[in-house]
Amino acid sequence: MLQTAQRTAKSKGKKGAPASLGEAAVGKGAPPHDRFLEAFRWMLLARTLEEKLVSLYRGGQITGGVYIGKGQEAVSVACGIFLEKGDIFAPLIRDQAGRSAFGEPLIDVTRTYLGSRLGPMRGRDGNIHRGRPRDNQLAMISHLGAMVSVTVGALMAKRFRGEKGFIGLSCIGEGGMQTGSFHEGMNIAAVEQVPLVVVATNNHYAYSTPNDREFACHDLIDRAIGYGFEGYTVDGTDLANCLDVIGGAVKRARVGRPPQLVVASILRLSGHGEHDDASYVTDEIKREPFARDCLKVTEHTIVDLKLVDTETLAEWRRDAATQVDVAISTAQKEAAPEGDEEDWCAISTRDLVDSLE
Amino acid sequence: MSITYLEAIREAQAKLLRDDERVFIYGQDVGGTFGGAFKATKGLAKEFPGRVLNTPISEDAMVGTAIGAAMHGMRPIVEMQFADFSSTALNQILNNAGTHYWRTDVPIPITVRLPSGGTKGSGPFHSQSMESIYAHYPGLIVMTPATVEDAYTMLIEAVAIDDPVIYCEHKYLYYHLKAEKLPTEGLPTGKARIAREGRDLTIATYSAMLHEALAVAEQLATEGFETEVIDLRSVKPLDTNTVLASVARTGRLLCVGESFPWGSATAEIIARVTAEGFHLLDAAPQRMNAKDTPIPYHPNLWSVHRPNAKEIARKARALLRE
Ligand SMILES: Cc1ncc(C[n+]2csc(CCOP(=O)(O)OP(=O)(O)O)c2C)c(N)n1
Ligand SMILES: [Mg+2]
Repeated sequence: MLQTAQRTAKSKGKKGAPASLGEAAVGKGAPPHDRFLEAFRWMLLARTLEEKLVSLYRGGQITGGVYIGKGQEAVSVACGIFLEKGDIFAPLIRDQAGRSAFGEPLIDVTRTYLGSRLGPMRGRDGNIHRGRPRDNQLAMISHLGAMVSVTVGALMAKRFRGEKGFIGLSCIGEGGMQTGSFHEGMNIAAVEQVPLVVVATNNHYAYSTPNDREFACHDLIDRAIGYGFEGYTVDGTDLANCLDVIGGAVKRARVGRPPQLVVASILRLSGHGEHDDASYVTDEIKREPFARDCLKVTEHTIVDLKLVDTETLAEWRRDAATQVDVAISTAQKEAAPEGDEEDWCAISTRDLVDSLE
Repeated sequence: MSITYLEAIREAQAKLLRDDERVFIYGQDVGGTFGGAFKATKGLAKEFPGRVLNTPISEDAMVGTAIGAAMHGMRPIVEMQFADFSSTALNQILNNAGTHYWRTDVPIPITVRLPSGGTKGSGPFHSQSMESIYAHYPGLIVMTPATVEDAYTMLIEAVAIDDPVIYCEHKYLYYHLKAEKLPTEGLPTGKARIAREGRDLTIATYSAMLHEALAVAEQLATEGFETEVIDLRSVKPLDTNTVLASVARTGRLLCVGESFPWGSATAEIIARVTAEGFHLLDAAPQRMNAKDTPIPYHPNLWSVHRPNAKEIARKARALLRE
């Protein structure tokens, strides 16, 4: 228990971290992983935030799409939680939990979705296409597979500059794994022997396309050996398993093992985006073990093992809701960008701007 | 001493590697003792160990890696083996490098070297001029050096620029152009150069076509016409002002480029001059580009596929008669 408390206390320093678990929070049982409760709180925060974004979208208050990571929070949080200062994170569309655990403030999310000019993307890009490259949080482009090699390059830069002990973690879906860009990125990562972890989440659909029209190999993890990666599979509905396996991959990358591929299995518990009713998801697949809701599974574990009491759980929920409300109401009050005030300039070198005048 | 266009590119990279520890070169066959398909990096891997790196045949990942490295403080130079193969890196160049500063406020200082343009016998996939495609997209600077001096100073400048630069080096000029020595400074990017003065006709061009245009000007001089030849040096930014000032003197404009005609740099110049300087024109502005077919292999076909001095002269004479 002491160890849990210490680990948690250490992580408190992170920007936007949930409030301390506190003495009162610690129940009788031993958690199945020492970051289990902390990870759960990030998952809870992500779920709370995304539910709120969905209701704003339904209420017509968000322009553009809303893409959520419902059901993927356990995998995603495990991607973000082990990263340290100096590590590179390349999240994708279902990684709210990981982004938060890595240190993305909620206000970055709400400002981007709500189009505040003060957000990191300043209304120039929206929803999940956000990041803060200066803080090592890469800003994904839509084109799937493209961010793997970018992560490799960032790691090479650190190596060139003589830094030590850093790693990079790049996320991908099983659909994105089928792009040429992903293949090239994986191969070049192994050629360069950079300390990279790639976490691929097979949520059994790429938009509406099921696995059997996405790939024909026996198991995606078999590709690891072909790329020169070390490969591990994980049950994405089991938080402790996610923390163990992805945490292990992060550790191995950090000590100089070859690049690591983790393939997680889960079911996407939402539409592709909120515009999509996901009517193509079969009843049969919804009964699969990988279709469990990782957040519920984690809550059951907490209750069953008496890790915290129900009052504490309720308090954590309230805390998440408050944080989300503040982030949303703040962004809602902020000004939107205006076309006639915008700096319409796509390069930073002002004297090389091609002016049509 | 005499130095070729290709040697100037090699020397520029040697200087960059020597002077700036953030620079590394990334491309197919650039390293080892080989030094690149055209030898533009010959000897550099030995002189700068660990900084001139062979890559897999992965244009997308080569550029993606360079983008990530540039984002984190490096100044990578990516060598495409041929400009043509940069088509498989278009996504990273256009959608990643080209959008990054706009989206995130973090510029991407990569230089992508494109061995461009036709040499006889090279065919559809080893001859392309892609400057017009890259210029079409926001967020990129597109250089098209036509002289040994520019090949040298512009490459050094390309790496110093904080934004992505597409550096189109012409393969035909590699061995054909020679200079006495390397310059210590050059015109800044974005400034066109009057390569030859004249008062009867302006030819605005860049890269290898500059030399065709200069030959035409020489020929026309014997026929009593003074042709002003403008070397644009970069197609983005495009020095419209220098072209307009020239047209104000000559009243006639012919634009020549080696890329395919549809939506080419030449079309852009004409659009600008027509919009801004319609009153300066004594005749409708004209342009010449490669034909709108893939680039042929056979020298007999290739030599007439792209603009050449004979055809340019014919077009120029017609324009002078207007
Ligand atoms: C190269 C490319 N093609 C098409 C798309 C459009 N698209 C966006 S998400 C998506 C499905 C992605 O599936 P997957 O990688 O499994 O991720 P998931 O949405 O399941 O998390 C598609 C087709 C894209 N973003 N990039
Ligand atoms: Mg999927």
